[in-house]
Amino acid sequence: MEIPRHWRLQKQRLALVGEVCPHCQAKIFPARDVCPECGGEAKTAFKFSGKGEVYSFTTLHSVPAGFEENAPYTVALVKLDEGPIITAQLTDVGEREVKIGTPVEMVTRRIRQDGDERGMLIYGYKFRPVLRMS
Amino acid sequence: MNDRENLLLKPARAVGIVGYGVYIPQYRLPASEILRIWAGDEGGAPVKEKAVPGLDEDTITISIEAARNALARAGIDAQKLRAVWVGSESHPYVVKPSSTVVAEAIGASEHIQAADLEFACKAGTEAVVAAMALVGSKMGDYALAIGADTAQGKPGDALEFTAAAGGAAFVIGPAENALATIAASYSYVTDTPDFWRRQHQVYPEHGQRFTGEPAYFKHVTAAAQTMLSQLGTTAADYAFAVFHQPNTKFPQRVARELGFSKEQIETGLLSPVIGNTYAGASLVGLTAVLDIAKPGDRILVVSYGSGAGSDAFDMRVTDLIEERRNKAPLTQQYIERRIEIDYATYARYRGKIVMK
Ligand SMILES: [Zn+2]
Repeated sequence: MEIPRHWRLQKQRLALVGEVCPHCQAKIFPARDVCPECGGEAKTAFKFSGKGEVYSFTTLHSVPAGFEENAPYTVALVKLDEGPIITAQLTDVGEREVKIGTPVEMVTRRIRQDGDERGMLIYGYKFRPVLRMS
Repeated sequence: MNDRENLLLKPARAVGIVGYGVYIPQYRLPASEILRIWAGDEGGAPVKEKAVPGLDEDTITISIEAARNALARAGIDAQKLRAVWVGSESHPYVVKPSSTVVAEAIGASEHIQAADLEFACKAGTEAVVAAMALVGSKMGDYALAIGADTAQGKPGDALEFTAAAGGAAFVIGPAENALATIAASYSYVTDTPDFWRRQHQVYPEHGQRFTGEPAYFKHVTAAAQTMLSQLGTTAADYAFAVFHQPNTKFPQRVARELGFSKEQIETGLLSPVIGNTYAGASLVGLTAVLDIAKPGDRILVVSYGSGAGSDAFDMRVTDLIEERRNKAPLTQQYIERRIEIDYATYARYRGKIVMK
């Protein structure tokens, strides 16, 4: 059971909340309270737009424990529009071709369950190819 | 009750829909696949195909995306919401609210009302009534009401053709900021055993033919007729009508009996292509109507939930619809985002394969 850890990470995972540096305006994800750009203290919460593009990706057929139910799936490094690069699963890919540079958007999905069917459900961000808007 | 004057629920402060949003999963199971597996390709089906959730989707994730779309159209900060209510019969937890996960994911305040509602397919519209009351009484300016489901049908049962996934969310707020005002609601409920699911059971039971006449038709008709007679309106006053849609034929028949034309109901009748989204059904239909409605159009919405009851709403579209509708994906865009799956994939996605 890892309830305290899951609970601490919740806002970051559910809503893609990181930080913005008050000194140099760099956007930071995940939150680390220290700006990686200028080294200053950065504790101001910042909600990312969820838009970005695929920076690189790989499809996993043998997956880490706890993720077997979803195999196979694609994991990508996503470059967010605001700058940071984060690792996330892609979802709803279907027959669509994923390439470096494919525009993606954040969705909140069920990531896995903690332990077995009695454990808590863990929700968090994944990215999908951008839905076509009219 | 003899005081027929007071049957309608009319808020003290005028209210309406400030923003609306939908979500429909991309997978589709054609009815032909169910006929192939369970009926030797023989017989007809109540819908063409239904929407199936992916492995990482459930009522919470559906609610979150629909809510984000509703907030995008409303153009308000989620911190302004005073309530988040999620109506569903497939909340992922039996005990632990869906509404708090949704509230946190959309960035709502911690100083709010939050709860899950259950009333079979009527839970979503009941959430809308509650939101109307909260805003209409001025206890809050904005409330979020959601109807969403990932319904399960017993393999081979008639309900397997239709039990689908999807949902819709509505930011209810003051009428002056609404894209559609809601003049009144009216609800009609009785204890009717047409459909149920007991604790620890995966699949629901239903009363076969009992689901029609004494259940769906009686309640939808009573709710619609009372609403019209109390308002002094007729079917001709409405540009659109949306009825709960457990299949294709029930809403078509009840509409005809109430005097509505095919043209009035076709925009909001989505069950033929996405199935029955349960607590989402009438509300998802309403989103498709709002996607194309013009200012001034009047809309009648009537839900139905087994057990049993119907909520009816009288709405009128305002000028604000034009500037808000394209701020989130349209319902038809979600319907067109379609990946057909076979029965084996469906069985895997819906957890019908025993793994241990
Ligand atoms: Zn900095």
